[in-house]
Amino acid sequence: MQETQVRFYQTGTFTVGNRLLNPGDRTVQSSSERFNSLNSGHRACQGCGEALGARYAIDAAMAATGGQVIAANATGCLEVFSTPYPESAWRLPWFHSLFGNTAAVAGGMAAAMQVKAAKSGRPAPRIIAMGGDGGTTDIGFGCLSGMFDRNDDVLYICFDNQAYMNTGVQRSSQTPPAARTATTMPTAGHPGNTFSQGKNVPLIAMAHGIPYVATATVADLHDLERKVDYAMNFHGARYIHILVPCPLGWGVASNKTVEMARLAQQTGFFPVFEAEYGEVTKVSKIRRKEPIEKFLMPQKRYAHLFNKKAPQPEIIQRLQAMADRNIVKFGLLEGTEPDPVPPSEQGVERALKI
Amino acid sequence: MYQIRIHGRGGQGVVTAAEMLSVAAFTEGHWAQAFPSFGSERTGAPVVAFARIDDKEIRLREPIQEPDVVLVQDKTLLESVDVFSGIRPDGYVLINSSVSPEEMGLGDLVDRLPPGHVMTVPGTKFAIDFIGRPLPGAAMLAGFAAMTGGLKLENVQAAYSARYGGKVAQANAAVAQAAYDYIIKAKAAR
Amino acid sequence: MLKQIEGSQGVAQAVALCRPEVICAYPISPQTHIVEALGTMCRKGELKDCEYLNVESEFSAMSGVIGASVAGARTYTATASQGLLYMVEAVYNASGLGLPIVMTVANRAIGAPINIWNDHSDSMSQRDSGWLQIYAETNQEAADMHIQAFRIAEELSLPVMVCMDGFILTHAVERIDVPTQEQVDAFLPPYDPRQVLDPDNPVSIGAMVGPEAFTEVRYLAHLKHLQALELIPQVCTEFEKIFGRASGGLVSQYRCEDAEIRVVAMGSCLGTIKDVVDEMREKGIRIGVVGLKCFRPFPVQAMKQALEGAKQVIVVERTLAVGSGGVLNRDVMVASRDLGILPKCVIAGLGGRAITKASLHKTFAEAVAGKLGSLTFMDLDMDLVERQLAREKAARRTGPLPEAMMRDAHRDDAGEIL
Repeated sequence: MQETQVRFYQTGTFTVGNRLLNPGDRTVQSSSERFNSLNSGHRACQGCGEALGARYAIDAAMAATGGQVIAANATGCLEVFSTPYPESAWRLPWFHSLFGNTAAVAGGMAAAMQVKAAKSGRPAPRIIAMGGDGGTTDIGFGCLSGMFDRNDDVLYICFDNQAYMNTGVQRSSQTPPAARTATTMPTAGHPGNTFSQGKNVPLIAMAHGIPYVATATVADLHDLERKVDYAMNFHGARYIHILVPCPLGWGVASNKTVEMARLAQQTGFFPVFEAEYGEVTKVSKIRRKEPIEKFLMPQKRYAHLFNKKAPQPEIIQRLQAMADRNIVKFGLLEGTEPDPVPPSEQGVERALKI
Repeated sequence: MYQIRIHGRGGQGVVTAAEMLSVAAFTEGHWAQAFPSFGSERTGAPVVAFARIDDKEIRLREPIQEPDVVLVQDKTLLESVDVFSGIRPDGYVLINSSVSPEEMGLGDLVDRLPPGHVMTVPGTKFAIDFIGRPLPGAAMLAGFAAMTGGLKLENVQAAYSARYGGKVAQANAAVAQAAYDYIIKAKAAR
Repeated sequence: MLKQIEGSQGVAQAVALCRPEVICAYPISPQTHIVEALGTMCRKGELKDCEYLNVESEFSAMSGVIGASVAGARTYTATASQGLLYMVEAVYNASGLGLPIVMTVANRAIGAPINIWNDHSDSMSQRDSGWLQIYAETNQEAADMHIQAFRIAEELSLPVMVCMDGFILTHAVERIDVPTQEQVDAFLPPYDPRQVLDPDNPVSIGAMVGPEAFTEVRYLAHLKHLQALELIPQVCTEFEKIFGRASGGLVSQYRCEDAEIRVVAMGSCLGTIKDVVDEMREKGIRIGVVGLKCFRPFPVQAMKQALEGAKQVIVVERTLAVGSGGVLNRDVMVASRDLGILPKCVIAGLGGRAITKASLHKTFAEAVAGKLGSLTFMDLDMDLVERQLAREKAARRTGPLPEAMMRDAHRDDAGEIL
């Protein structure tokens, strides 16, 4: 009898796919021994992608280092919902300073740990910095670049929900084109956020030549955990940029978080890849390419494009073109290869001068 | 308290000269203070540095308005800066030049101050000879030492040795010696 | 060991003796020589077990030492003027968190207009930040105060700003007795934090505090400042025992025993004021100097004791609270009003204008004659001001004000604007 190759797809933490794997291949999250670094009882919204991403990432780091992690956290949703006065959901040493300085704070921590380790002869705990897109790519950008420049021994994780969510959904440099936010409202002549603005911070991190840069989403737990684990093998500056959908800010149902993250990856909207020392080393191929509408339609922040009275098909086409360019640049389909140094999408948009 | 004002241009080692002077005085057991006229100096811009010497703690912190000694490291300053402003009636002046004060047109100054109190020394020439660069500071300090007896030559040389190593220290020591001898000779010739 | 060195070098050597573990610094005139010296000492291995981070801004400098401090390291940074302002969010963060960071502020005026010379506007702008502030009179005191600062900071769990006049002290070469490592080790034990990030004992630091406890947190910080008023003199006494000289403390007095006029000031101008006082004493005028060493916390009792018996109090200060007047003066007033004295405020030395003996003599003479007003500006060129006012009255588009006044101030011999 012919053997049929059975392939299991990872579709979530508790699905059958995990339990049928060899124990060594299972996720940290699937284990009852997981550290639960971000404990239950925090005040995140139902379906918060950032809470998911933070727990996934820090638990993976704790598993990789035997619990020797100290975290610095920027002001933002994660910091606010995880430490509602007078409680804290964090089970590891955790420090919040300001909004824009987390990369510098973490660099100082790493330096202190180095000195302590040299004096005591014991290995130093590892430092992880966490921030949202606001605290990382905008107000925190100067400090981030400085940390990369010095190659401080810090893993910086950016939880990107693509707007300043904690303060009421205002636009950030990570807000995608045409999205509605409180400061990029769709009005006549302005279909939400401007196309030619923004910056690709993973590419910028690569341009600093740091040892490891990766993007990930909360839809692929194995991939995210593997990247955090891999990053902990390096010493020096590392950057992981995780797409974390925000049901409130994106205007999606709270049980669609993982699905939206998966669609972001499968449409080419959010390329998932890894890079070392400035060059792309691996990409997550798109198994089944989806049209951009499938990603856009469930989100109220894009509802204005599908308004029956005034639909904006040209904008949708432009977003599709953007996703298609990502697929080409990053080699996201089987049988294609990435550009060694993919140019930023913003560059293309600015050159189009539309 | 003895107050010395040094005029020059940025890049000529004026600030260093004041510091070296204070170190030499310190070595001789005095209290000494040296400081520059602070500014975003640029090479070539006029620079002033100050030094005070006393036998007790120096508390005064203002720029020197009434110097006992004025050292001019760059004679082109005479055209644009009032380098002799406030000099005391019995003050000393030493100018970096190979021509005499009278030939420089400073006859009035020579008459105003006591005889032998206004002299010149070819500091740049000595500096080029021994250091290879126009840094006449050591010459000015050694010249001052010779003119006034206010410092010993070997302490001027030792100050440069403590700050700089090897060849630079030796070169400055040679410059100092040459300038010292020049002034002693010029004094004797009067 | 007695050395003839630049003030900045003295501070660097003193800080190095305190065994800092992490230094994050960003250069700004006139502090550059301090951080350059420390950086080189680290590189050469003269300063051991110390990580020196070349950060990309002052905001990162303070943030870096915050991270290092909360991780249990003894930390140091230095700045001035614009740099201090750039790190202000982090300055308040450090004191609010109770981190014993020591920072040199090489006092420099704050722009605009940009000005690199000395006055006290920078540290004064942070007088409410919760940091302790001490002001050095000489370079010896500047070096000594840094050693005392680490001790005070770590005992209280509060950060300390050591203020020294930019250029006037930092760039002056003078005699400094640099202590030995043994002396400093006897005085300053290793840092034992009240709070620290440690995987063996995880804590969350820096969480939000609501209305239920915020007032109490702030009040506790205020109480610690009041405790400092007891601690600082103790530290000063202990310092004298080990190092053999009096340095720091709260308030110093010079020839005040029978002084009818007492001049209050901070920083390097105290030296010049003392010379003037000596000259006036020779003419029989009963005048003395009260040197304020500790500005925050403000030592009300000690100041009151120092002013007791005076008939006139003159406060000479290097700050102008625009739209208001003096700053130091107001704090002195709190101390002197119980004595029934209203101090006379003299604002001098802004933006590096020299405080000269001649001008001080003139000002104090006015006081002796009973003619010194409650707020005067030493060496103010009122003609220059009035010419600008006249220009503004005559036309609307008068151009940049500072530039117009600079050009007016540099008239040629014929009185023509250049």
